[in-house]
Amino acid sequence: MSILIFSLILLVGAYAAGLLGSLTGLGGGVVVIPLLTLVFHVDIRYAIGAALLASIANSSGAATAYIKEGITNVRLGMFLEIATTAGAVGGALIAVFTPVNTIAILFGLVLIFSALMTIRKKNEHAEQTGSKWSYVLKLNSTYPTANGEVAYKLKNIGGGFSIMLLAGVLSGLLGIGSGALKVLAMDGAMRIPFKVSTTTSNFMIGVTAAASAVVYLQRGYIDPGIAFPVVLGVLGGAFTGARLLTIMNPRTLRIIFCIAISFVALEMIYNGFNHQF
Amino acid sequence: MKQLKNLMEDRDIALFIGRFLRVGVLTASAIALLGGFWYLVQSGAADMPDYSRFAGEGPGYTTFRGIFKGVAEGNATEIIQLGVLVLLATPIFRVFFSLLAFALEKDWLYVVITTIVLGIILFSMFGGLKI
Repeated sequence: MSILIFSLILLVGAYAAGLLGSLTGLGGGVVVIPLLTLVFHVDIRYAIGAALLASIANSSGAATAYIKEGITNVRLGMFLEIATTAGAVGGALIAVFTPVNTIAILFGLVLIFSALMTIRKKNEHAEQTGSKWSYVLKLNSTYPTANGEVAYKLKNIGGGFSIMLLAGVLSGLLGIGSGALKVLAMDGAMRIPFKVSTTTSNFMIGVTAAASAVVYLQRGYIDPGIAFPVVLGVLGGAFTGARLLTIMNPRTLRIIFCIAISFVALEMIYNGFNHQF
Repeated sequence: MKQLKNLMEDRDIALFIGRFLRVGVLTASAIALLGGFWYLVQSGAADMPDYSRFAGEGPGYTTFRGIFKGVAEGNATEIIQLGVLVLLATPIFRVFFSLLAFALEKDWLYVVITTIVLGIILFSMFGGLKI
């Protein structure tokens, strides 16, 4: 295959990944890794490098819209970034000592978990009693709804922080945004309404991914020939996806995609066990 | 009233940061597009490299010096890597701007928290993690 053909096919594939990632809420980076490894037989290390870049582009590109609506909790994001960046750097470090097949199996498991998370029942309840630390760290805030500003308070800061540490490690190890785990920490442990947790998680993904991407760049995981079609394609797809989301509610589509992506995840796990990577 | 004023400034800073992120991503994409186009014009007809075997990239793609040297010589692949650098720098600058914003608000707790985050990222950049 010539470089031109490879780049064009990859561009189209990355566009589809970005669109899919945006419609399902999984993020484009997560879909790019199976695309590169299973379809193009690219080494998973190059795939991880490219996926991290896609996550950063996605997260930073979407941040403007959310901040404008005043949903993102910037203080909470910054506080939790201590956990995610520390975890991400740690994850990127242990990645060298982790066999690629183990990484593929882990990736498949996280992908299935993420797919389940996107179709779960969402927490819309705003807590009115916060824990002691939520006051000390000034994390309680308000967010806009159809009925005006709603105040919410946070619980279990320590638990949320610990899950974020794990999310950071996985993000650094697998090259993904691990948005699903971030949302689990915020929705599940800290009891934040899902609109706030989803946007704050997106806000954090760029910084988390950048912390491990600088390690991967220096290790030579980021190849320009793969990087440019992936970044441009995923960004374009995510942009189209964001547009589509404003005019349609992809509930059914989301479930279908999540089932499809679970099969892809199973193939990653299967190949991982058979040492195909 | 003072609280309201603080809230307004808070929002202005947040909006500035949001806009900065978007400009950063668009700049990075534009550079990558330019480099990618040039790369395809120059070597589009050549056979694709074997990506199924991980070889790792050389210093030309992985160090500031290598990338800037390549850009100065007009090499397509290094121009793409420059776009990658801009993309990586965007969220790091975002953290830095947040640090300034918290300092302006005299929110010292969050100045410390943001400094820790920035410290971790800078550590991973310059901490000799190239094992």
